Amino acid sequence: MIVVEDVHHTYDVDRAHPVTALKGINLHIEEGEYVVIIGRNGSGKSTLAKHFNALLIPTSGDVSIKGMNTKDPQHLTTIRHSVGMVFQVPDNQIIATVVEEDVAFGPENMGLPLQELRARVDEALTVVDMLDHRTRPPHMLSAGQKQRVVIAGAIAMRPACLVLDEATAMLDPRGRRDVLDTMQQLHAQGVTIIAITHFMREAVEGTRVIVMDQGNIAMDGPPQRIFSQADELRQLGLDLPQVTQLAERIHRRTPAFPTPLLSVEECVEELCRLPQSAVVSS
Amino acid sequence: MPLTAVGGGELMTPVLRVEDLHHTYLPGTPFEAVSLQGVNMEVQEGEIVAIIGPTGSGKSTLIQHFNGLISPQRGSVTVLGQDLRDHDLDIKRLRRQVGMIFQTPEQQLFEQYVGDDIAFGPRNFGLDAAEVRQRVKRAMEMVGLGFEDFKDRLTFSLSGGEMRKVAIAGVLALEPRILVFDEPTSGLDPATASEFLAKIRELRDLEKVTIIIVSHNMESVAQLADRIYVIVQGQSVLEGTPQQIFSQSDQIRDYGLDTPQVTQVMQGLRSCGRPVRADLLSVREAEEEICRCFDLTERQVDH
Repeated sequence: MIVVEDVHHTYDVDRAHPVTALKGINLHIEEGEYVVIIGRNGSGKSTLAKHFNALLIPTSGDVSIKGMNTKDPQHLTTIRHSVGMVFQVPDNQIIATVVEEDVAFGPENMGLPLQELRARVDEALTVVDMLDHRTRPPHMLSAGQKQRVVIAGAIAMRPACLVLDEATAMLDPRGRRDVLDTMQQLHAQGVTIIAITHFMREAVEGTRVIVMDQGNIAMDGPPQRIFSQADELRQLGLDLPQVTQLAERIHRRTPAFPTPLLSVEECVEELCRLPQSAVVSS
Repeated sequence: MPLTAVGGGELMTPVLRVEDLHHTYLPGTPFEAVSLQGVNMEVQEGEIVAIIGPTGSGKSTLIQHFNGLISPQRGSVTVLGQDLRDHDLDIKRLRRQVGMIFQTPEQQLFEQYVGDDIAFGPRNFGLDAAEVRQRVKRAMEMVGLGFEDFKDRLTFSLSGGEMRKVAIAGVLALEPRILVFDEPTSGLDPATASEFLAKIRELRDLEKVTIIIVSHNMESVAQLADRIYVIVQGQSVLEGTPQQIFSQSDQIRDYGLDTPQVTQVMQGLRSCGRPVRADLLSVREAEEEICRCFDLTERQVDH
């Protein structure tokens, strides 16, 4: 689906201090994967994400989406239709004055017939639970509601891949859960999901975790493997989800206690297997 | 009402008091939207108070009252002894006293050079160059940006996290008595976020700055706040310490909020009939409680 070969990217906005954000990235993302990218601020996550739909072109190296090189301008429209992007700040992505018109903007530009357009907009708004707000002006919505409108706009394009760059950062816990459930649902339908997050408890949702550091890929593997390396993660400015930290601490005291545990349910289940202490049970 | 000075550790008059506050956007138009419908809260000097609530509950509208960005339509807001409905209100003074750091403050940067951006506020308040320089330096150090290293950097060449630090330094340089943060850690990596939360606590501990934070991150709220107000549909519905608030987990979840993961684990254990305390918020507390209730040594022998 996405192939990244020896990609470097340098920002030279400030000529005196050019910043090399990517320093030779090699990466294959297969269709249907759910990849979570984590890494400290400035590690290159967002720069990498912007290469996935040709918002940025590599300074050197190549990125191809379904075999289309992002450097080739004739593929630009197809690439942008294939890979949808959702950013952290919804206001920057909202252009219409009515919610449903905003969601319709992308698919309308694809030249879809009206009926199909209507159906897609309603479906997308239903997925993000904003159908009741479809005639409201977006600037009157809360940040979390606006973000759901942006996600609806991306989903309405039916992209093969959805890239979410900290899309849940501004949402409340339920909104976050809704977006994560939406991502799981889209993933189950075969959509490739690439999510950048600073919430470690969201990073365990994926099938693969990529850890970036200083423009390089520092770790790459399934969440169980990544989150069993607590010390390495901390050195990279990251952490474990609270529940994983708790399990790790219990494991240190009782090596038979399994680690890493990634969910509250698993942790409760394992703790319930421990014998109660004599003091408490007497 | 005159502000009585806080003396001898006695907390007398709150630095901020909100009484029965109402706010409606675009009243009398088709887009009329009720945002606040009866918020009450009080913040004492030197407290760290968190405001939590689902999106759209009116949190941002509420805090925009605190430095006079929005005037009370009904009800009252009193900040450092100033009634914000007062026609003689010295708004400039109020805005120096109450620093606001909004979500994604990096969007508020506008100067070409980092040092100038941070100096903008103090310069506008007519401080002399030496004092401005001193304040900029101090503010940059508080957020962890080296003065010499960063002051002449181009603002828009910085990373998002660095830009946020610049924006916060710009507010700190005004040396406000109350600091209001809307989602202080969103977009920050875990290490930077916890470093930043520690800085906020330090501002309170060392400078006696009163802190009000609005956040959706229940785990950082649980660690940082002395007290929490829960705002739902424009009303203040719950108030209490983090332990009191997060032990009402069913209600919290009904409001579209959440509890810290360790609290969930402890409550899960209670549901399984294990006699553990459920009002725990940190990993360390949970670990200790689990050690108390379970025989970990026996299990070690098994291994």
